[in-house]
Amino acid sequence: MRVLLVDDEVEFVSTLAERLAIRGIEATYATTSAEALSCLESGDFDVAVLDVKMPKVGGLTLKKELEARRPGMKFIFLTGYGSEHDFKAISEHVGTDYYLVKPVDIDALIAKMEKIIKPERE
Amino acid sequence: MTIKDKILFPFKNQAVDTPSDPRYLFNYRWIWKLAVLLLSGVALVPLIFITIVDYQVTQHAIESEFELRTTQVVSNTRRAISFFLSERKSALSYIVHDHTFKQLNDPERLSIILDNLKKSFGGGFVDIGVIDDAGRQRGYIGPYDLEGRDYSQQEWYKQVMEHGVYISDVFLGYRQVPHMIIAVKGDEKDGTFYILRTAIGIAPFENLLSDLEMGGKGDAFLINGKGILQTPSRNYGKVLDPILLAVPQYSPKTEILEGHSPNGRDLLVGYRFIDETPFILMIVKDKYELMKPWFKTRLNLIAFLAVSSTIILSVILAMATYMVRRMRLADEKRVMTLHEVEYANKMASIGRLAASVAHEINNPLAVINEKAGLIKDLFIYQKRYTEDPKLVGLVESILRCVKRAGIITKRLLNFARNLEATIEPINLKEVLGEVLSFLDKEAEHRSVTIMQDISDDIPLFESDRGKIQQIFLNIINNAFAAVNDGGHLDIRARLEGKTIFSITFEDDGCGIPKDDLHHVFEPFFSTKTKQGGTGLGLSITYNLVHELGGQITVSSEVGKGTRFTILLPLKMKSKEETDACSISG
Repeated sequence: MRVLLVDDEVEFVSTLAERLAIRGIEATYATTSAEALSCLESGDFDVAVLDVKMPKVGGLTLKKELEARRPGMKFIFLTGYGSEHDFKAISEHVGTDYYLVKPVDIDALIAKMEKIIKPERE
Repeated sequence: MTIKDKILFPFKNQAVDTPSDPRYLFNYRWIWKLAVLLLSGVALVPLIFITIVDYQVTQHAIESEFELRTTQVVSNTRRAISFFLSERKSALSYIVHDHTFKQLNDPERLSIILDNLKKSFGGGFVDIGVIDDAGRQRGYIGPYDLEGRDYSQQEWYKQVMEHGVYISDVFLGYRQVPHMIIAVKGDEKDGTFYILRTAIGIAPFENLLSDLEMGGKGDAFLINGKGILQTPSRNYGKVLDPILLAVPQYSPKTEILEGHSPNGRDLLVGYRFIDETPFILMIVKDKYELMKPWFKTRLNLIAFLAVSSTIILSVILAMATYMVRRMRLADEKRVMTLHEVEYANKMASIGRLAASVAHEINNPLAVINEKAGLIKDLFIYQKRYTEDPKLVGLVESILRCVKRAGIITKRLLNFARNLEATIEPINLKEVLGEVLSFLDKEAEHRSVTIMQDISDDIPLFESDRGKIQQIFLNIINNAFAAVNDGGHLDIRARLEGKTIFSITFEDDGCGIPKDDLHHVFEPFFSTKTKQGGTGLGLSITYNLVHELGGQITVSSEVGKGTRFTILLPLKMKSKEETDACSISG
């Protein structure tokens, strides 16, 4: 499973990537949307974990661009800010199950990622 | 609401020691009093004034009418009596001029003259006598033995000598029978004179006076100038008795005056001095008897005034009470709305602040979480410090704290999100847990035991999560304020039929006095005003419950505790349905 992590908080996203790597999950991280799009050049990803609020281009816009380039890609959103507006917007795109509020338990996150890429197992 | 409540302003419900209370922007008691006073003044003063004027005018008119009628009767009667006497006086005068003393001394002639007088003039003539210039009666025809009597010392004899003609007042005389005399002096050619005298009984006067039609227990009689009754009176004595009323002063015309009877009754007295006689005609009427019909009318007038005043006053009181009550309700509603808006704004601000705090904390918390998680991963996965349980324990402790802090920030975010009005399926246990989580620490510190008994058969219900939270929070806050440390709060919920569920909050706190119980949901009613209570908490709760289509009731016993019961529908009606219901309801 290849994972793309995008969050403007570099300390968070780099450490999360390292922890996933320890668990045998190939994780690439980016701190901006532009960086994330350039990551696509190095290969495909099964799932992208996106921060909702990022400077310039937010998680929802990034999702559209990533989807345009890699139609089969799955998405999980992370946020530190649970506004009703965000909640509604993201629920429409990915459903409430894949909208997680920080701080998140890594095992729970991995479980969500596995669930989203292999839903037929359930 | 009783009729008394409808027409009287309910002053007793006003609080007395809360000068900052917004209701005191207006003094409703003063407005009510002013309205009642002004309206009563405007309506009643003209009515009372007109009634008094009408009363006086009518009474005066009636009195004048009676005076006029009495005057007419007195004048007519005087004319009749005057004519009666003058007719007889003229007849005697004719006889004196037509006869000589010698001719009249003939008993046969004198008897014929008396018969002719009786035939020509009807009643009245009793006898007839001729008296010589020495005062001795020389000839006499009549029922008494009066021939030869000496009248030279009698008063009437002297009066005839002096005036030539004389009408006496009534006296007994030698015959001891009440009568009057008419005497005319006749002059002889030789310079001597004589007197022709006739006695008139009082029966013709009695008949004339008793035939008069008079209202008000009227009494008509003759008196002389000394106040001696000349004819019998119904109420003031027999003939020749002194009258019990004051003798009126002389007047050449008919007069009316007001007097009093010996027993104090008001009298209307009409009188007339009869010219050339000693007589005064008096007609006396009892004023009370005369005015009796007016008293009945007066009673109707007073009853009309009393009834119309009562009706006007009742309508004014009812209207003033209704208007002031509406005014107070409108003001209370206005202030209540302002407070609700203020409250909603405050909650929204708290929500924004909570969300902002949570967001700011969540990001560094996430970093700490990942860093500590990485340390733990390194310890465990790379087995560098697996043997050092203390280091692993420390890292796990950091992660536990991060998790705890995360739960708090998520709760804050959840609370903020729910302030925005949305209808969504709600799990009762979950929402109750969220609300209680805010009060967990206080309950722990004060050793308040919270017992929850939520029936498992209550399904997800549709409602506004934020409002449900506020309702529960307000009620539980109230319960916490009421219970002592170590107190209990029991929360029970169960289905009530297919569409409604109930939730009760029962505490063992101080309770609410019976008199206050009816007012707990009224805006601004608070027993904690001095501790900063606004008196709006339960009022807002009441409104929120009703907005959600539910009902809230309260029962309480002082010293034992209070129970709030809320009934809520499982499915909320849409706004249009609620509006329609509230309009039709």
